[in-house]
Amino acid sequence: MGEIIKPPTTTAVLSGSEQGFATTRLDALLGWARKYSLFMYPFVTACCGMEFFSMTSPRYDVARFGAEAPRFSPRQADLLWVVGTISQRQAPVLKRIYEQMLDPKWVLAFGTCASCGGFYDNYTTLAGIDKIIPCDIYIPGCPPRPEAVFDGLLLLQDKIARGDRTPGIVKPRQDPAQGLVELRTKTKVPA
Amino acid sequence: MSQKVVDILKEKFGSVVLETKSEHKDETVVVEASAWLDVAQFLRDDPRCDMEMMVDLCGVDFPDREPRFEVVMHLHSIRMKHRLRLKARVGDRDGDEAKIKSVVPVWSGANWFERETYDLMGIEFEGHPDLRRILLYPEFEGHPLRKDYPADKIQPLVPFREGYEKLPPFDEFEGMSFGRQVFRSGKFD
Repeated sequence: MGEIIKPPTTTAVLSGSEQGFATTRLDALLGWARKYSLFMYPFVTACCGMEFFSMTSPRYDVARFGAEAPRFSPRQADLLWVVGTISQRQAPVLKRIYEQMLDPKWVLAFGTCASCGGFYDNYTTLAGIDKIIPCDIYIPGCPPRPEAVFDGLLLLQDKIARGDRTPGIVKPRQDPAQGLVELRTKTKVPA
Repeated sequence: MSQKVVDILKEKFGSVVLETKSEHKDETVVVEASAWLDVAQFLRDDPRCDMEMMVDLCGVDFPDREPRFEVVMHLHSIRMKHRLRLKARVGDRDGDEAKIKSVVPVWSGANWFERETYDLMGIEFEGHPDLRRILLYPEFEGHPLRKDYPADKIQPLVPFREGYEKLPPFDEFEGMSFGRQVFRSGKFD
């Protein structure tokens, strides 16, 4: 679910002539083309936006992954970044923007609030954007580090290439609970 | 710091001043709700008080008290460098009849504060030029900061999707409900 799966190879270079030629399946070719031309629509509502700026700025540079071009009209975009808390009042706006996007389209929930509401467990907040629109990738974190965001982006690209529409979650690179256990055992005084 | 202002108020309004309290050199005056606007007007216009700045206005819900709500206003005088907290108590136990005069004629900055207090606490400000919800949407029913508003009640504008399964780290009880206290039948669970 959260891992990048290596697909069986569908493209082969054959030595038929001097130059050689490649065979492939059409959907694999389309998937390959789509995964490197993601036009993003940033729906930035809250503090996760700061991490989003960091991700798009030169230090982390999302352009390396072919997803750098923001389109501020949903009609030109095919990847919806939902960055930050979505309140009940904003939910109709988000749903409308999703409906305005052209197929094929993908949705990425950036941060804990967009994924499940986070600690806003009250009357104002929508507990996860998948309550109203389908979501492809969840990136937990409050806010997530840019590395986690790129993990999510690569996971999405991998899913696009395979034509897989099941949702995925970015797993932490290190299990925080595991580290906690080690820390406890290390500090334990031997009897 | 503003004990003088409290004395002036007591002298001018007499029995309208129900209570006074001083804590950490901050004076609090509780007045009759019916005299709310008069006291506010006096505090702004009297040269000895000169409260030209309304800092904050909000409501507090005490579900086991009668009157149930407190309207709290913080005033400050930039020239005289003193401040005062003014309170009035309104509303019966069911939360009805929570009405008080608007202070927008005195400080126009009170407009959005009163709208917010109306929106979240349900206190009506009589004479307010445009009393409608400011933070929540018009379709919202009830006033969420009242203690008898159910803590887990949501009023979505968009119908939720059906027939999808949430992935393992998430469950149907999303969010973190630590510290949540549910107020039922007059007391907290």
